[in-house]
Amino acid sequence: MKKILFKNLSTAYIAVFAGLTVCCSGGGKKSQEKQEIDDNAVEVGILHSLSGTMAISEVSLRDVLLMGIEEINNSGGVLGKKIVPRVVDPASDWDLFAEKAKELLTKNKVSVVFGCWTSVSRKSVLPVFEEYKGLLFYPVQYEGQECSPNIIYTGATPNQQLIPAAQYLMSKEGGEYKQFYLLGTDYVFPRTANTILRNYLLSQGIPEQHIIEEYTPFNHQDYQTIVSKIKRFAASGKACVLSTINGDSNVPFYKEFANQGLSASHCPVMAFSVAEDELRSMDTEFLAGHLAAWNYFQSIATPDNLQFVENFKNYCKTNNLPGKDARVTDDPVCWSYTGLYLWKAAVEKAGSFEVEKVIAALSDMEFQSPSGPVKMHPDNHHLAKKALIGKIRADGQFDIIWETDDIVVPEPFSEFAK
Amino acid sequence: MGIDQIQYIFSGLSLGSILILVALGLSIIYGLAGIINMSHGEFMMIGAYTTYCIQQLFILYLPQAWLDMAFFISLPLSFMVAGLFGLIIERLIIRHLYSRPLESLLATWGISLILIQIARNLFGDLTAVKAPAVLSGGLQIAEGLMLPYNRLFIMALTVAVFICVYFLFQKTRLGIKIRAVTQNRNMSACVGISTKKIDMITFMIGSGLAGIAGCAITLIGNVVPNMGQTYIVDSFLVVVSGGVGKLAGCVVSGLGIGIFSKIFEVNFEAVYGKALVLIFIIIFLQYRPKGLFPDKGRADE
Repeated sequence: MKKILFKNLSTAYIAVFAGLTVCCSGGGKKSQEKQEIDDNAVEVGILHSLSGTMAISEVSLRDVLLMGIEEINNSGGVLGKKIVPRVVDPASDWDLFAEKAKELLTKNKVSVVFGCWTSVSRKSVLPVFEEYKGLLFYPVQYEGQECSPNIIYTGATPNQQLIPAAQYLMSKEGGEYKQFYLLGTDYVFPRTANTILRNYLLSQGIPEQHIIEEYTPFNHQDYQTIVSKIKRFAASGKACVLSTINGDSNVPFYKEFANQGLSASHCPVMAFSVAEDELRSMDTEFLAGHLAAWNYFQSIATPDNLQFVENFKNYCKTNNLPGKDARVTDDPVCWSYTGLYLWKAAVEKAGSFEVEKVIAALSDMEFQSPSGPVKMHPDNHHLAKKALIGKIRADGQFDIIWETDDIVVPEPFSEFAK
Repeated sequence: MGIDQIQYIFSGLSLGSILILVALGLSIIYGLAGIINMSHGEFMMIGAYTTYCIQQLFILYLPQAWLDMAFFISLPLSFMVAGLFGLIIERLIIRHLYSRPLESLLATWGISLILIQIARNLFGDLTAVKAPAVLSGGLQIAEGLMLPYNRLFIMALTVAVFICVYFLFQKTRLGIKIRAVTQNRNMSACVGISTKKIDMITFMIGSGLAGIAGCAITLIGNVVPNMGQTYIVDSFLVVVSGGVGKLAGCVVSGLGIGIFSKIFEVNFEAVYGKALVLIFIIIFLQYRPKGLFPDKGRADE
């Protein structure tokens, strides 16, 4: 045993230095890779964090974009031009997002940028895109209350994710829940989301005392008191939790939830920030049976989606990306990929790469996404799509248990947000 | 006393015991060498990843039924692995920085960033440690009061680790030497104690303790590259308010901060609870700048 341990350690030690060398040489490598840009190519920017706290989520979006670009290039490119991806790393640093965006728009003069995950990074690049008349495709569900002329939002607005989830929980098949515990991490998305949810629930006749709103700091690890509060809350009637807990805090929350004897059949947790990619890294035993609301799940059983999932797994495997074919698709991955194809379709419709013409062409555009048919809103830059509710399975995938009958028209400015 | 109060006190003790476990090693290192070790949390992370690796080895090579053993075997191993990393880093970098708090702060912060990124490159994000079956679920004391086994285990572990450290410091030759160097380095060197060796051993023990803490935390939290960052600030609070390098101070302030955090959290929101704890510590340090148990250590010189 001792010998094995020692061997492992020396490997780790070597890895330390290997890691250091990679870190140091990373900068030089990029400039060598600079491809010749001629008239037969068009540059697009990819602005996702590849290091820092957000890397865990954002790297998947870079991967799916590169896959989509490869697909498009193999089938003849856009308007006869090959797409050359320009990947930059804003390193989870909001100021760096703005700097890198400026660099992409002014130095590389990219035709379009796909990027950002957190709202704060989007808010940080927004003025840059407006000033330099760029075009950004933003793929993540968010709190709404924004509509920039230079951004296309392919993720969900509150009325495409939050409201349907609350509707479902109040409906007969959802369990007719009467008490709601709104629990989130303390930043802009949960705050706005919970304001919208609270006002919506009040408008549906849920009394004030049956709604509790609570926030925890980022990276909160100790959910003991909160779970015991939920327990007491649930003891007095049919209650559920609407969770906008972010990232790292989810595992300790669900573990504590199970360890204090609460279960999904007694008090389900509806999550708005837990998708397949996050579940890969969690011990799903404690999460099984709980719910999540999205507009796409990997388990959608249409031929389009099966193909998409297979392509993504193959792409990760053949390119030797971390995780290989154990990689999964999820909501942001789907909308990132859809964004790329929407842009391609719009460019072809407009017959030009000019931002203004592309945006005009996007209006009312319909597209068959891996999630099913979607349609761009005529003027608010958001995408209409179905809302889905999934139940978490022990293998980290979802059983889709409910969906809206039709695509939901996006409303970035919610009437409940005041 | 109602059930709720018992629950809150239990939560406070549980949080406190975790803080103590993390802060013990930090306190020893800070007290002895005046190193503000920002990478302490990353030694915790190394402990947690050791646990993860052992678990994976068990899954790959040993029968399913033995899987529960993995965690208990990981406890001593994470101490050793984190200690060894501590030793390597002490030899390579830290030893040039003794008694230079600002440089040591920057250098150890750099080490922590490097370690985080290496962990991310090596393991990616596909890591979860499964708690052994004996430690899931909880002890039902009364209707509505359940004490989770994993938290009870961490409390017991903290007590055990503390007793070991206390014994080491009070009863062994090594402990006496460490305390001597902490109190007066030059004098200790004069009477023939190899202070460099003591520095090295202390740093190793401190890092190893962080490794044990990391292993224990896999029971309640998750294993991610930046997990150490979550605990580093809180454990500094424990060290500073307890008195640098004092074991008793570490325990009292750890439990105090744990219980106060929980009381504030119940009456206010978690976000404000945290802020209130910070305000109280700031006020407390105005009156007792050297913490609960002040001592003349090298850091005071």
